[in-house]
Amino acid sequence: MADISSNFLGIKSPNPFWLASAPPTDKKINVLRAYEAGWGGVVWKTLGSQVKNVSSRYSSVDYHGSRVMGFNNIELISDRPLDINLKEITEVVKLFPDRAMIVSLMADSTREAWHELIKKCEDAGAMGFELNFGCPHGMTERGLGAAVGQDPEIAKMVVEWVMEKATIPVITKLTPNVHSVVPTGKACVEAGTNALSLINTIQSVTGVDLDTLVPNPYVAGKSVFGGYCGPAVKPIALKFLTTIAQNNITKKVPISGIGGISTWRDAVEFMLLGSSTVQVCTAAMKHGFRIVEDMCEGLNNWMDEKGFKTLNDFIGKSVNNITHWEDLDINYHHVANINEDKCIHCGLCYITCEDTSHQAINLSYGDPYNTYTIKEQDCVGCNLCKLVCPVDNCITMVEKRVAPEYINWKMWQEQGLPLNDH
Amino acid sequence: MIKNNRLTAEQYQHNFSDIKPPFETQDAALVEANRCLFCYDAPCTKACPTSIDVPKFIKQITTYNVKGSAHTIFQSNIMGAGCSKVCPVEKLCEGACVYNLMEEPPIPIAKLQRYSTEKAIDNNWQYFERKKSNGKKVAIIGAGPAGLSCAHVLSREGVDVTIYEKENKGGGLMTYGIAAYKVTPQFCEDEVNYILEIGGIEIKYNQELGKNISLEELQKNYDAVYLAFGVGLANKLNIPGEDLEGVEDAITFIYNLRSKTYKDINVGDKVAVIGMGMTAIDAATQAKRLGSKEVTMVYRRTEAEKSCTQHELDIARLDGCATLWLAAPKEIIGENGKVKALVCDVMKLGQPDAKGKPTPTPTGETVTLNVDMVIKATGQNPFTVLVSGYGIDNAKGKININQSATNVSKVFAGGDCVNGGKEVVDAVQAGKDGANAILKFMMNVK
Ligand SMILES: Cc1cc2nc3c(=O)[nH]c(=O)nc-3n(C[C@H](O)[C@H](O)[C@H](O)COP(=O)(O)OP(=O)(O)OC[C@H]3O[C@@H](n4cnc5c(N)ncnc54)[C@H](O)[C@@H]3O)c2cc1C
Ligand SMILES: Cc1cc2nc3c(=O)[nH]c(=O)nc-3n(C[C@H](O)[C@H](O)[C@H](O)COP(=O)(O)O)c2cc1C
Ligand code: SF4
Ligand code: SF4
Ligand code: SF4
Repeated sequence: MADISSNFLGIKSPNPFWLASAPPTDKKINVLRAYEAGWGGVVWKTLGSQVKNVSSRYSSVDYHGSRVMGFNNIELISDRPLDINLKEITEVVKLFPDRAMIVSLMADSTREAWHELIKKCEDAGAMGFELNFGCPHGMTERGLGAAVGQDPEIAKMVVEWVMEKATIPVITKLTPNVHSVVPTGKACVEAGTNALSLINTIQSVTGVDLDTLVPNPYVAGKSVFGGYCGPAVKPIALKFLTTIAQNNITKKVPISGIGGISTWRDAVEFMLLGSSTVQVCTAAMKHGFRIVEDMCEGLNNWMDEKGFKTLNDFIGKSVNNITHWEDLDINYHHVANINEDKCIHCGLCYITCEDTSHQAINLSYGDPYNTYTIKEQDCVGCNLCKLVCPVDNCITMVEKRVAPEYINWKMWQEQGLPLNDH
Repeated sequence: MIKNNRLTAEQYQHNFSDIKPPFETQDAALVEANRCLFCYDAPCTKACPTSIDVPKFIKQITTYNVKGSAHTIFQSNIMGAGCSKVCPVEKLCEGACVYNLMEEPPIPIAKLQRYSTEKAIDNNWQYFERKKSNGKKVAIIGAGPAGLSCAHVLSREGVDVTIYEKENKGGGLMTYGIAAYKVTPQFCEDEVNYILEIGGIEIKYNQELGKNISLEELQKNYDAVYLAFGVGLANKLNIPGEDLEGVEDAITFIYNLRSKTYKDINVGDKVAVIGMGMTAIDAATQAKRLGSKEVTMVYRRTEAEKSCTQHELDIARLDGCATLWLAAPKEIIGENGKVKALVCDVMKLGQPDAKGKPTPTPTGETVTLNVDMVIKATGQNPFTVLVSGYGIDNAKGKININQSATNVSKVFAGGDCVNGGKEVVDAVQAGKDGANAILKFMMNVK
C-alpha cells in the first residue's frame, strides 16, 4: 500500500485531502464530523470582524439532469463571534492533533488588526494560516478579500504585515477574478508567504428565474454577483494552478490546489499539475463528508498501480507537459477510428462532424441502423467525434504521423512549408 | 359453467387497472428523458410507423417544454396519446432504441410520449388551426384511427369532412377492441373529442355503409370518399360444433367487455382460446381477469412461430394462462347444446409456407381439453362481401390500393381494411397517407 500521508511545510496530515475554508469548516460540530469521516485537515472558515449574512445564500447550475454542476454563494466570512471560533479550534485540535488545522484569516486593513488576529489564532492552536485574498463578494466592497488579491501591491503589503508576526506557516489564497494570478502570486511570494493556494470562487450569475425574472440567488426581489465553484470551475482552476506551478518565482513555494475537486481523480490531476495538498468545498457540500473514503482508497489504488510510493513521487509530474502552442509538433497527426463491434449507431459522431467539423464521417443508410465510418483522408484528428460518442473506447484516435521528425510552427514558417489549400 | 359476476367490484377494478402506469412525477420523467442520447437519424423514429421525431420530443421534456413536446408528437401522430398506451413498442420504437445494443434497457419512449400527450389533452392544448373552408367535401367511412387521422389532416387543409360510423362512439377498435387494461372508455372519448376540437369534422353515428348509406350516394355528394372501416369478426374455424352455446368470437367477446360493465360479461370456468396473435392474448388475459378458473391458449405451431410479441405472451403467462402448442382444433363436443370439450389434432411442423412459416401437419393423434367455453381468435375476417359488392379490387377482402387510391373513382382506403389488421399506429399513418393522396387528387380535379 502506498503512503498517502502529507507533509505541507511541516504541517502533517494522514492524507492530502483538506476541507476548504467554507461552511463545512465553520464550527466544531462540522469539523469533528469531517475528521471522523477521515479528512486529513481543514482550513477553518475565514475569521475577521464579525459580519451578518443574508437569506438565501446559494444557487447552482444543473446540467442534463445532474444537480450542482456549478455552485454559487453570496456568503461572507464567519458570522460567528471570534472567541467562540477560537475556543472551538482549541477543542478540535486537542481531540485530533494528527490533522491539519489551518485557520483562514481576513482581518481589517490595518497592520494592528492582522497582528492581533494572528496572535489570537496561534494561541488557539492553529498550525498554519491561509490569507483570504479571494472572496469575490461582500468583502470586496469593504476593501477586503478579492480587492486585496486583485492588487499585487496591496497583497504584498498585507503579506508583509502577516509575516512580521506569524510564527507558523502562511498560505496565501489567490482570487481567480483577475486576468492572471501570477502577478499577485509573485508579489506574495516576494513578500514572504510560505505557500500559495488557489482558486477561490469566480464572480458569477448562475441564472435568472424565468417566472420572477430575478436572478439567483433570490434575496427579497434582488440578487448580487456570487462566487462560483464546483465541478464547472475545475478546468479554470487547473489552468491558474499551472501558471503558478510554472512561474519561476511562484513555483518556489508549495501549492494547495482548490476548485471543483470531487473525486480522487480530480485530486490526482491537481497534484500532477503541482498541488501538494488539495482542498474541497462544493463536493462535500453536495454529498457530505463520506466522499473522502473513496478519495483515499482511489488515490491509494492508483498510486499502487502506477508504482508511486509517496505523494512526492508524482506531485508536479505533469507541469512540464503543458507547453507553448508554438512548441507543439505539427508533424504529429492522429485520426479517428470507429470500432464497429462497439458502435450503437446513434449517429452523434456523424452529425457533429458533418455540421460543425470536417465532414469526415461517412454515413451509409440502414433500417433502422445506419453505418458510420471515418474518411481518414478528411479527418483532422480534432477528437470531437470521440468526445461525443456515448460508448467508452468505441472511437479511438490512431496515430498517423505525417513525418517522423519534430517540427513546430516557427520552423514550419522558416522552411516555407505549405498551408492548407482547402 | 358460463356465468357472469364472478368477482367483487374491487377485484374487477384491480384486474383491469392500467397495465403500464404513467410517470408519477416530473422528476421521474426527467430521469428517463435525460438518458436519451438524442440520436441522429434516430432508429426509434425510423421504427415508428408514423415517424414521430422521438429525440426531439424527449429533448423538449428535458427543457421543460412539455407543450412543444406534445406538439412534436401530434404533428406526426394525432393519436399519439392513444398510441403511447397501446403500441407494441417492444417491436417498434423501443425495440430499435440504441440502448438495446448496449444491453441496457431502452428509453421508455411510450411512457414519455404519454407524459407529454396526457398533459396536452388534460389541458386541451390545441396546436392546429383549420385553414378557411375551401369548399371541398370528403366522406370517411369509419371513425377508427385511420378515419380520424385522415379527417384531421383534411380538416387542417380546410376540407369539410363527414365521417359515417356504424357504432355510436368514435375510436374504432381503440374504443371497442383494445384490452381494457390499456385504455379506458373515458380516455378514448377524450381522445376523439381532442381530435375533433379542430372543427370541420362531423361524425354521423349509427350510419353503416351498405345499410343506411351506399357508396354511389357518397361518390355523388362528395369530392372523395375514404374507406376506413377496418375488419370484421374473427375467422370461422369450420369445424363441427362451432354453433354450440359457449363458442364465441374474440372480437364480440372483447366488444362486450369494452361496452358493458365487467360484471355483466359471461365467461366460462375453463376457457380455450384459439390462436396466438395479439387478439388471442387479449381474449385470454381478459377471460382470466374476469374470473375464469382455467384459460388455455391453443396454437397449431410452436412458440417460435407465434405472431404476438414475447412481451404480450409474458403478460398472458403472468396472468396464469396456459399454452398448448402444436394443436389444431378438430371438433367441439357439446352436451345439451353447450360446449363440453375441445378436440385438437396434435400437429408437427413441416415445410415452410410462402411467408416462411413452417406448415403444421396432423400427426394422427388427438388431444382433448375439457372446457366450457371456446373463444375464436384466428385472425379477423375482412368485409369481403361489402367490398366486392361495390366492385372494389381486393385480395380475399383486403382492399387493394395504389397510393391510397382504390380502383373505384374518387374512392380511397387505408388502415385495417387494407392491411387486414395491424396496429393503431399503422392505421394512423395510413390515414395521413390517405388524406395527402385525396388532397392531391382534389387539387388536380378542380
Ligand atoms: C382485440 C384487439 C386488440 C388489439 N390491440 C391492439 C393494441 O394493443 N395495440 C395496437 O396498436 N393495435 C391493437 N389492435 C389493432 C388496432 O385496433 C387496429 O389496427 C386499428 O384500430 C385499425 O384502425 P382502423 O381505423 O383501420 O379500423 P378500426 O379501428 O376497426 O375502425 C373501423 C371503424 O369503422 C366502423 N365501421 C366498420 N364497418 C362500417 C361500415 N360498414 N359503415 C360505417 N362504419 C363502419 C367501425 O365501427 C369502426 O369504428 C387490436 C385489435 C384487436 C381486434
Ligand atoms: C458557501 C461558501 C462559502 C465560502 N466561504 C469562504 C471563506 O469564508 N473563505 C474562503 O477563503 N473561501 C470561501 N469559499 C471558497 C472555497 O473555500 C473554495 O475556494 C471554493 O469553493 C472552490 O472549491 P470547490 O470547487 O471545491 O467548492 C466559500 C465557498 C462556498 C461555496
Ligand atoms: S457516436 Fe459512437 S456509437 Fe454513435 S454512431 Fe458514432 S461511433 Fe457509433
Ligand atoms: S407512435 Fe408508437 S411506435 Fe411511434 S413513437 Fe409512439 S409509441 Fe413508438
Ligand atoms: S434510439 Fe433511444 S437513445 Fe436514441 S433517440 Fe431514440 S430513444 Fe433516444
